[in-house]
Amino acid sequence: MKLLTHNLLSSHVPGLRPGAGFPLRIELGHPSELPPEPSPGYEADEEFLRRLHHVLLEVEVLEGSLQCPDSGRRFPISRGVPNLLLSEDEA
Amino acid sequence: SSRVVEIQSQMSERAVELLGLPEDRACLLLDVGCGSGLSGDHISEEGHYWIGMDISPAMLDVAVEREVEGDLLLADVGHGIPFRPGMFDGCISISAVQWLCNADKKSHSPPKRLYRFFSTLYTALARGSRAVLQLYPENSEQLELITAQAMRAGFTGGMVVDYPNSAKAKKFFLCLFVGPSGTLPKGLGTECASEEPHQAKFTNERTRFRNVKGKSVKKSRDWILEKKERRRRQGKEVRADTKYTGRKRRPRF
Repeated sequence: MKLLTHNLLSSHVPGLRPGAGFPLRIELGHPSELPPEPSPGYEADEEFLRRLHHVLLEVEVLEGSLQCPDSGRRFPISRGVPNLLLSEDEA
Repeated sequence: SSRVVEIQSQMSERAVELLGLPEDRACLLLDVGCGSGLSGDHISEEGHYWIGMDISPAMLDVAVEREVEGDLLLADVGHGIPFRPGMFDGCISISAVQWLCNADKKSHSPPKRLYRFFSTLYTALARGSRAVLQLYPENSEQLELITAQAMRAGFTGGMVVDYPNSAKAKKFFLCLFVGPSGTLPKGLGTECASEEPHQAKFTNERTRFRNVKGKSVKKSRDWILEKKERRRRQGKEVRADTKYTGRKRRPRF
């Protein structure tokens, strides 16, 4: 799963308040190389943009999980494919 | 199986065509029921990005093996489309949406699943974008059910049918618009059908009487001549046609 996809995903568990379920927290072994917030004037910062492009489109999460910030529900990721199947009770 | 692949590939090409995407920029598309990534490959070939969803882990494994460009999600679209509002520039689906009509005892009713799918898809699509869903409807009731839930969810649009007169080549594409209603694209192979004349033909020929089916009235002279011609074609011995053929006999024959 590319991080760009992660940027677009939000939890589809029914019953969440509007706007909830985003962003899903990525749980991995290692920390990210980017700062949590972009510094002002980041559009001009070539180095930052290059690293950003790399992280968004070239880095793939292979194993880990996505956690909903509101319900705490975890969606496992295996071989780069997140499993978003809901159980019968949830759907 | 290569014929199936060929058909899927053609339908993917047609679906992307029906999306009417801008030609100057790359778009992000959703592929519902992406399977092993055949349709996704076509999206990549057109220079666009895609995210695919499928309910079959086995099919997605094949897609991973094939190293498709798009990102893959193991999910049931009847549970909803798990994306933030307005994220996609378009959506295609090849031979997948009719599966939402299957009534599994454990799951929700098909109308509920269809509505959940369409309403969340509507949200995930950007304003002005389209969803083109190729499907094989089992019957007209199923088609109506699907279309009704799509309209309920806010979509406008309708069905585009390619080659409507061919049982083999006929294909259904549900074309849905997000936002103001656009003009529905024309189905392929429909030009000949619309050529039928709507006016009466004026001719100098003396019209011979024919019944509604276009066949000659039974026992008339025309009918007799046609029957004799048929028998000649079959190689049987037939008397020559003369001015006496089928003449009115005296009432007691």
